[in-house]
Amino acid sequence: MSEPILAVRHLSKAFGDHLVLRDVNFEVQKGEVISIIGSSGSGKSTLLRCLNYLEIPSGGEVVSHGQVVGAPGFDLTKHRARVGMVFQSFNLFANMTVLENCVVGQVRVLKRGRDEAKQNAMRYLERVGMAAYIHDKPRQLSGGQKQRLAIARALAMDPEVLLFEEPTSALDPEMVGEVLSVMRKLASTGLTMLVVTHEMGFARDVSHRVVFMDEGVIAEEAPPEALFTNPKQPRTREFLSRYLGSNA
Amino acid sequence: MPNAQSGFFEWVWFIFRTYAPMFLSGAGTTLLLALSGTFVGFIIGLAVGVVRTIQCRRADGLARYLLLKIVRGILAAYIEIFRSTPMIVQAMVIFYGSAQLFGITLPYMLAGFIIVSINTGAYLAEIMRGGIQSVDPGQQEAASAIGMTHGQTMLYVVLPQAIRNILPALGNEFVVNIKDTSVLNVISVSELFFVSKTASGTFYRYFETFFITSVIYFVMTFACTRLLRVLEKRMDGPENYTIHGSQTAPEGELKLKGGSAQ
Ligand SMILES: Nc1ncnc2c1ncn2[C@@H]1O[C@H](COP(=O)(O)OP(=O)(O)OP(=O)(O)O)[C@@H](O)[C@H]1O
Ligand SMILES: [Mg+2]
Repeated sequence: MSEPILAVRHLSKAFGDHLVLRDVNFEVQKGEVISIIGSSGSGKSTLLRCLNYLEIPSGGEVVSHGQVVGAPGFDLTKHRARVGMVFQSFNLFANMTVLENCVVGQVRVLKRGRDEAKQNAMRYLERVGMAAYIHDKPRQLSGGQKQRLAIARALAMDPEVLLFEEPTSALDPEMVGEVLSVMRKLASTGLTMLVVTHEMGFARDVSHRVVFMDEGVIAEEAPPEALFTNPKQPRTREFLSRYLGSNA
Repeated sequence: MPNAQSGFFEWVWFIFRTYAPMFLSGAGTTLLLALSGTFVGFIIGLAVGVVRTIQCRRADGLARYLLLKIVRGILAAYIEIFRSTPMIVQAMVIFYGSAQLFGITLPYMLAGFIIVSINTGAYLAEIMRGGIQSVDPGQQEAASAIGMTHGQTMLYVVLPQAIRNILPALGNEFVVNIKDTSVLNVISVSELFFVSKTASGTFYRYFETFFITSVIYFVMTFACTRLLRVLEKRMDGPENYTIHGSQTAPEGELKLKGGSAQ
């Protein structure tokens, strides 16, 4: 296999003396779609946030292109531009229009020209079905539209990998579908994606690999068919049966 | 000239006529000091507010950590001291202190301007902190996540919203300053109160003179309050906006007017 886009080695994270991640190891290969599942408090979000250094790991390391994230001399700005993130609560820039949300990072961080940035933004806004709303402010959008915009904003930076932090959990049920369908489309184009999710359907149908986390460790990691139909660990089985009912 | 038997309004009219240019220039000085002092105070408040948002972590190196700690201590002391002492006392201490300690005799007007600015800056720094905190921290995280620096995040995302949030408080500060610059008479700044004292002294007509003074103050503050309210309304933008239906349900389109669904 080629060099991974991201490698996590012996990662640990503590808040005070509460150990939230313990010796987590895994790799992300180019083009992979990985779902991270697990019960509340198991450390999924913390793991994701360590990858772009929104959380500073307590031990171990995240390696990107052979460099340890956060090491002295490491270019964090470049790293973050390469690792996009989509948040549960959208976190759109409220003072900017839809288009500006997708342009500002390209211009300020990637130092692209405004015209180039706009064109690029439009491409992704079209892809997520938001091209008709470019002059609106985020407060005018529905939840599903907000999340699709957040995806376009992240894509506009042309990242190598996109991290999704429970992208549908804050949505009304009728809007979950439109966001998931955008994500399916992205997965089919070969985008590398890391998705923390409670949507077992998405994890099972779209991802290449499912990571099950429990109490700060990766308890099991397997292709979805294997993990969902034939989980090895008792705690995976227990989690799935709670989530999917007894017929899982 | 009215005599001892003349009525109140005769004196008012006489003093007003006699000293109209003085009242006018006093009112002008008052407005100028309030406006420039509030503006510079706003810049100070903005700068202090932003510096106080810089994260102070041991992990970023000891030198940076200590420097930030010290700067923060100084800023906190500045805010506390200027908010906890009357401006009239600050004026005396700064004006006579700078003369005695550094041998600088500040021109009255400049001294007044500096005092109002620093005093206003202390209040606005606190207000600015609140304005910054009221911007949802998720947006800052999102800005960090696309690689923006702290400075860029502040400049393009947080401050535009924070400033919008504090505009009413800023206007209020301006109106307060129209009134509070009157204390600068103790260091001989020729603002409205100071010129009124002069005008009243000649004929010993304190009541009539300060009646005029209070009317001028009232007109200025009242007019500014109204003007600011109109500006605020304007800033809120068009009162109508549309909440689009989701793509899957375009019929769910709402038109909002003044905040209520139609
Ligand atoms: N900033 C923080 N300070 C202190 N404790 C935290 C912080 N962030 C997370 N934690 C704790 O770390 C643990 C793991 O949290 P995390 O958010 O990673 O779990 P999760 O798997 O994402 O859960 P959920 O499914 O509810 O989102 C929890 O016990 C949480 O309380
Ligand atoms: Mg979480």
